[in-house]
Order: sequence, then structure tokens, then C-alpha cells
Amino acid sequence: MYSEADAELPFVAEADEAVLIGPAQAKLSYLNVDAILQAASSSGAAAIHPGYGFLAENAEFAAQVIDAGLTWIGPSPEAIEQMGDKIRARNLMASAGVPVAEGATEPVADENAAVDLAKQIGYPIMIKAAAGGGGIGMSAAGDEQSLRSGFETARSRAERFFGSPAILLERYIAAARHVEIQILGLADGRVVALGERDCSVQRRHQKVAEETPSPGVDQGLRERMLAAAIRAGEAVGYRGAGTVECLVDTQTGDFVFLEMNTRLQVEHPVTEMVTGIDLVEQQLRVADGLDASFDAASISPSGHALELRIYAEDPVRFLPSPGTIEQWQEPTGPGIRVDAGYTAGNTVTPHYDPLLAKLVLHAQDRAEALALARQAVGAFIVTGLKTNLAFHADLLNSEEFGSGDYDTSVVSRLRP
Amino acid sequence: MTEIRAEMVANVWKVVAVEGDTVADGDTLVILESMKMEIPVVAEGAGKLTRLAVAEGDVIQEGDLIAVIE
Repeated sequence: MYSEADAELPFVAEADEAVLIGPAQAKLSYLNVDAILQAASSSGAAAIHPGYGFLAENAEFAAQVIDAGLTWIGPSPEAIEQMGDKIRARNLMASAGVPVAEGATEPVADENAAVDLAKQIGYPIMIKAAAGGGGIGMSAAGDEQSLRSGFETARSRAERFFGSPAILLERYIAAARHVEIQILGLADGRVVALGERDCSVQRRHQKVAEETPSPGVDQGLRERMLAAAIRAGEAVGYRGAGTVECLVDTQTGDFVFLEMNTRLQVEHPVTEMVTGIDLVEQQLRVADGLDASFDAASISPSGHALELRIYAEDPVRFLPSPGTIEQWQEPTGPGIRVDAGYTAGNTVTPHYDPLLAKLVLHAQDRAEALALARQAVGAFIVTGLKTNLAFHADLLNSEEFGSGDYDTSVVSRLRP
Repeated sequence: MTEIRAEMVANVWKVVAVEGDTVADGDTLVILESMKMEIPVVAEGAGKLTRLAVAEGDVIQEGDLIAVIE
């Protein structure tokens, strides 16, 4: 299914059958439940795969899909709901024995309550929308004044983007890596962990590059994180692909639960490259009640994988750069995978996310993966609009990223 | 007279200022939205906002006039 804004894109042409569900405005198309269910019905579809944006983590939508007699390719609406509210999720994780950062156990009512709670936890403190995601409405406050202003901003954004003003405060970890665990809830009820991804390269709290294994996670920490992620999934009876996001404190080496994404992640290809497991295939199998196509008892990742998100944005300030693509030439070769949504002649509109393509590299070890990435970035030609390819070249050549010893502030150090 | 024009294709999310306002350098006039990012358009210099050429919900192209300050 597609909106008017996407009518010319390759995914529409590649589909055996494509249904127009509405105009560009997401509210009238990709967020329009009636239009989506109507499209499923008119095309005779038996199942809905929600992808990784829009309604992918909407419990009510999942329930409506199931009520319409269709197969929902994802976890139960109850699991989505339990994890969708960050405060409930934190409380649930804490009771399942998953470490969480010190913070609110219920929504913070108002500015004054926020100030009181911050006195207990200490500054700097993290302000988040309880129903949020994508870094929207999220900020760190170093003192009472910035907490007060940040609180109000977070509330209004939370209301606007997520339809809920509930706010969460959490201890801020000054130097942290964002490390997440891929889990898969199997049809027989078992939950398996398929390794970690390091997603510390972020701008505006949104991921730009990811890699596995994480250069900041040793075998002991990995084992503890994977075990915690399995407990997290078991606590909600998780089915299908999901991700347990954590922060690793680079000072102490401890980790805390951040949130769970009850869907496939954009960066899932790095896990696929090192495990050889097609995650989307497993999602379909689980939804259909079938066993996984791999032996869950012997998962053995091999080599190193890296994903670079190619965004339509300027490579210095990261401001959006919609426009028409003139040239589009993808790198090819062993160990190079490009998952692209666009090609030459397509127009990138301002309506949705700036992600154009994922450039994924797989090699024997990290050094080789980085070398392959430098070569692939150099060979990726996109003209007609601005892209962040030049940023990726700088990232790959930077001492900090090259050393593997980096944290979530790496981008702000590269682009002060 | 200063003309403020759009730097990129965007949707007009919020119109903050009102035609006829006296504005200071750096005041937010309009908030655009492009690719899920909010982009404030600010006054480039102080003066009177004599023209506000966009309305909430408009889709504007690169180079389109947003406001005039005199």
C-alpha cells in the first residue's frame, strides 16, 4: 500500500499488487486504519506486516487487524501496550530483574513534581515522553531552570506527536553507548537472543550508523545483556522480532534498560549479516505458527557488520533536504548490501523520514568492515539533492569511530 | 526591507507571529516541518512584520516567500 506522495517509488512498482490508500499527509494514509483495512480487504490480503514506522507499535491497530480476521505479523497487542508506555515498561522490566536507571515509577504530574523528583535523582536528568520514540520531546536538563523549560517542551511535543502528555524523568548517563539486543519470540513460546547492535552514532537522538558486534561490549557483558533481554521478552510473552534497547555506562560498564521496540528495527540487517538469519522470514514463520528456520540452540554470529543510514540531509548540519534524485548509483561487491527505497528520477518529499537507503557491509572483522565501508561510501553516487554520504566518509575516517571507543556523543564531536 | 524565504521544501506546521507584529532579531515567525523535523523560521533583523505569506498546512517550495520585515 502507498500514499499519493510515494506513487512513483520502486516499492510500488516492485509489488505484485499495490493499493493507493490516501494522500501524502500520513494522517490520511499511512496512519489511516480504515483505509489500510479496506486495502487489505479489497486485495484479499490475509496478513499485515506493519514495517517499522507509523502504526508498527500501535496496540490498537494490531487489535483492529486481528479483529478484522487478519494475521498480525508482530507481538500481541497486550505486549505492544505494555512496552509502549515507557514508565510501565520500566516498572515491568525492574520486576523481571532487568536493570533500569533510577527514575519515575509513574507519570510526572507537573513542573513542580518534576523539580522535586529531580532533587532525589540528581542533575543532569533526562526528560522523555512516556509514549514517545525517535527522540522527539527528549532532552537532558542540567539544572532546575532547564528542567522547567524542557518539561513544558516535552509535554507539548508528547501531546502533539504521541497523543499523550505523560512525562518520564530518568537519571542521565553522561557517557553512554546505545546497545540493543535483537530478540525473537518463537511460535513455541521460547524467546531467543540474536546478539547485540551498537547504535551509538546518533544525531538528534536518531541513529545514523550501527554495528555488530559492539566494540564496547565484552563477552561477560554480552552474556548478561542477552540473558536480560530474554527475561524482558519472556515477561511479556513476546512473539516475533523485537529489540531490547539498553544504555551501557562507559564509566562503570553497567547497563540499564532503555525501552523495547515491539517491531522490526531499521538496523536489523546487521544482525542478519552476521547470523545468516533472515529476520523478516522468521517474523512471517512465527506469525504463521511455524518453527524458526534455524537451530535456536546454536546461533553463531560470524564476522563484523556495519550499517550506514543514507539520509536526504545536508552532511554538516543534518537539515532535511528533500528534492529530486538525478543520479543514483549504488556500490556493489562481496560483503556489500544496499536496501534502498529510491532510485534515479524519484522525488524525495518532505512528508516522511529522510532515510533513502541502508548501506550494509559485512567482513571478517571490524577493520575490514570499515575499509569496505570507506570504499562503498566513495562509490555511492547520489546527485540532485543533499545526502549525508560525506558525513559517513568523515565518520569512517575519524579516530574516535575508528578506535571503536566511542559513545552517543560521537556525532556532536565530529560536527561541533 | 528583509524578505525571508524557505530554505527547503516543507510543510507549514505553525504560524507563530501575526502580520503587523513588531519583531526582534531571532524571534520565531513560523515553524516548518520537513521529514519529521521541526524547523523554526526566525526574523533576520528587527522591524515590523509587514507580510506573512504562509498559512498553517501550506506546502512551500525552496525559495518561496515566507515573510517580509520592514
